[in-house]
Amino acid sequence: MKKLLLLITFIAFNNFLFAQSDKYAGAMQKNIALLDSAMKNRSMTELANNFTRIADAEKTQWLPYYYAAYCTVMSGFVETDKSKTDGIADRAEELIIKAETLAGKPNSEIHVIRSMIASAHMMVDPQARWQQYGAASSENIASAKELDPTNPRPVYLEGQAKFYTPEAFGGGKAPAKELFEKAIVMFAAFKPQSALDPTWGMASTEYFLAQCK
Amino acid sequence: MKYFLSFGLLCNCLIGFGQTKIAGRLTDTKNKSLRGASITIRNSYDGTTTDSLGNFLFTTNETGDQLLEANISGYSSYSKNIKLEGKEILLNISIKELITELKAVVITAGAFEASDAKKATVLTSIDIVTTASAEGDITGALKTLPGTQQVGETGGLFVRGGTATESKIFIDGNLVNNFFYSSVPGIASRGRFNPFLFKGTVFSSGGYSALYGQALSSALILESTDLPDKTSANIALSIIGAGAGIEKLAKNKKSSWGLTYNYTNLWLAFNVIKQRRDFYAIPVDQQVDGNFRIKTKGGIVKYYGYVNWSNVGFRTQDIDSLRLKDAFSLKNLNIYHNLNWKEKIGKGWRVNAGLSYSTNMDQIKTELQNNENVKLELANDSLFSAKNADILNKGQYAQARLVLEKRLKGLNAIRLGADHFYSKEEYNYTGLGGFKFTGNVKENLTAAFAETDFYISNNIAAKLGTRLEYSRIMARWNIAPRASVAYKFKDNSQASFAYGLFYQTPESKYLPPLANNLGYAKAAHYILQYQRTSSLRTFRTEVFYKKYDNLFKTAGFREQALNNNGYGYARGIEIFWRDKKSIKNLDYWISYSYLDTKRDFLNFPSEMQPSFAATHTASLVMKKFVVKWKTGFNASYTFATGRPYYQIRKDASQNNYIYDKGRTINYNGLGFSLNYLPNLGKTKAKAFTVLVLSVSNVLGQKQIYGYNYAAVADRKLPILPPSKRFVYIGCFISIGIDRTQDAINNNL
Repeated sequence: MKKLLLLITFIAFNNFLFAQSDKYAGAMQKNIALLDSAMKNRSMTELANNFTRIADAEKTQWLPYYYAAYCTVMSGFVETDKSKTDGIADRAEELIIKAETLAGKPNSEIHVIRSMIASAHMMVDPQARWQQYGAASSENIASAKELDPTNPRPVYLEGQAKFYTPEAFGGGKAPAKELFEKAIVMFAAFKPQSALDPTWGMASTEYFLAQCK
Repeated sequence: MKYFLSFGLLCNCLIGFGQTKIAGRLTDTKNKSLRGASITIRNSYDGTTTDSLGNFLFTTNETGDQLLEANISGYSSYSKNIKLEGKEILLNISIKELITELKAVVITAGAFEASDAKKATVLTSIDIVTTASAEGDITGALKTLPGTQQVGETGGLFVRGGTATESKIFIDGNLVNNFFYSSVPGIASRGRFNPFLFKGTVFSSGGYSALYGQALSSALILESTDLPDKTSANIALSIIGAGAGIEKLAKNKKSSWGLTYNYTNLWLAFNVIKQRRDFYAIPVDQQVDGNFRIKTKGGIVKYYGYVNWSNVGFRTQDIDSLRLKDAFSLKNLNIYHNLNWKEKIGKGWRVNAGLSYSTNMDQIKTELQNNENVKLELANDSLFSAKNADILNKGQYAQARLVLEKRLKGLNAIRLGADHFYSKEEYNYTGLGGFKFTGNVKENLTAAFAETDFYISNNIAAKLGTRLEYSRIMARWNIAPRASVAYKFKDNSQASFAYGLFYQTPESKYLPPLANNLGYAKAAHYILQYQRTSSLRTFRTEVFYKKYDNLFKTAGFREQALNNNGYGYARGIEIFWRDKKSIKNLDYWISYSYLDTKRDFLNFPSEMQPSFAATHTASLVMKKFVVKWKTGFNASYTFATGRPYYQIRKDASQNNYIYDKGRTINYNGLGFSLNYLPNLGKTKAKAFTVLVLSVSNVLGQKQIYGYNYAAVADRKLPILPPSKRFVYIGCFISIGIDRTQDAINNNL
């Protein structure tokens, strides 16, 4: 009887653990699937809150904080009231710091978000902030590429930066197109480390590439 | 077995009836709906986000005692114990807005701030140096802001009816004694400091903080830059000289050092641009400067210092005899050191300590010369014999300063500090025939101060401070209270008010005093400001009243301080408008100042409008960068109504009276500058080049700054700028880093 009880407890506990990680993966997948529609519906804040809840409950996973930071910085890009952008970018920064702490060390995807945060700050007043935040944005792109040369997202961001930079400053559609094409090839070849790791960016790259023609 | 069955049943029950619905509304304490907040059951995935009306609704499978949380940035967080047992929970939550830097009102009365910090400021540091009329001089740019005068006959900042000595300049908290090049008669000397040494500038035209003192009118507070981004080398070539420098950043990015040498020689420029004076010694200037910056655990140590030599000599027509000439020459040696340490020392305390030491030596020679430029010694004539002199001025200045700051909750802060300032100035005059006069003035000035920032809400803030000073020369204390408050309206515009008492000792040239018991000169400021800012437009207006008391009156041959019977006032209204929005790709600002001021001080016979104060002053500054041409265009137009001028003479009983007076013509000046960046955008280029062209007084308008009077004869001569206009052409090359932006800014 005692043995049976132990066995049952063991199975139940195992089940519980399995259910727990299953629950995590399920919740993450559900929310990751919402990324595209949330961008269209302007409900990125909501999605960021969902990821933050998962992150706070899990306590050891860096990916939910990563996605929360991604959603937050994206909501900053679509915010029309520029006086709010700095606050949103600061919030994204807090989240990515938590992600980096849990990840143990900076990785390519975290630098991608950091680059986007710098760009969000820059957008508030590009002329005055170009020097500080433009440099921070491109430094993070460089670090992201260095840490994972197969990651297509820094290449896509670099293309986007070129796209919005005037031709006289070395930007424009021609150099941007080259990078977007390179990113598309990289997206096709990119293998995420797990089903939950980031894969976003392909659709946006295709959109920008179409704009370059 | 029965036991297990019932256990299983119990579990099923819990799942079946375990769903709980939670709904409600989230508002701030003023019942304003809060959108986008996260509502969460702690340690679970369950929750939702509030909608635009602050409403929320979600169901949870959690059961039993749980913690419900509400979170939105900028507001205090909320948590409540709830029991989940399948019964719907309805909650109306109200949370308090936090006082945060992004939302809180800023006290801006009396101050123009230029910085690249996040908070929207009226100007950025780039603006300080891309103003066409500034010509690479910080104070040149400030002269396009309200409150400043277009005084061209002497250097310095004349603010709201104050003299240049009523404006003091501080770098990292330390007073700078010779910020401007030594004065040369009739020429406005420039500032010695390169504008790109600074990352932040606060120009206060009144009502400034208790951390600073000894300036009756204005304080210019400069903060030096931190570590450079990258290692780089720079070369400069221009019509007025050449220079080279290096900035080296350590591999671990924790420290840096820099060294620069600049040689200025106006020979070429003066051969091309006709000068009104006969320069027998072309202005030559040499400067070596160095810096180091070391990042510490929670702060930074910074040093900046230079050695500067300059030499100039010129002849002008003598005012008392039109057949004769006055020769003036000046050799200057100026050495400056400033060491600063900023550190977070834990528990919310920060320390800011500074040491500075500088020396200055002016060797001045004046000569009366005939038409063949030969020295004339008219020993029997007291008027003409005084025109031959050798003057040697030496000064030593040292300062130690310590400020402790404690940051409290909700942006509140307390600052405490002390300051000791030492100066020794020597004056050696040798007249015709070996007549000698020497003097020296030694000062020890100690100050202690306390200040608090006090935020009642994001909409109301106050800054209260007091400064206590003891001057050895005055042998007495003064206590100066300062207070300012700011209120933010619903539409984000804000009003602020500042009040303060300010004290100052006499300039050393009026010392030693003729009588004992001299007190401090005193000014009381009252400033009311309204400001409306968006990221692309700024409107602000200020009214002010400044009351002067105990100003120094002077007497005697050398005009030494006699008593504190002087007094005066200044009042006016100022408007500033900046707009980057209305005209595409054009950034412009307009400033206007109305000033009503009168005073009785020094040798004035009575209360009158001083010669350094114009009633109306206005500036228009425009900036446009044409990306296609890789060229920036900057223009500025300044207008000021004529200023009064006086000849004050002494009657037989040594009383001052006005012998003659008048008013100058209105001042008009158009400045223009252009910068071309051929390598712009070539990301692979190793060297970046900037070509600069700048022209002052483009239209060649007649500018008269005042008049010089003959001592005896009824004759006056206008004080004119050194040349009708000045053209500057330069080329700047940076190697190793894209410093294109810096280079443009540096040299406009």
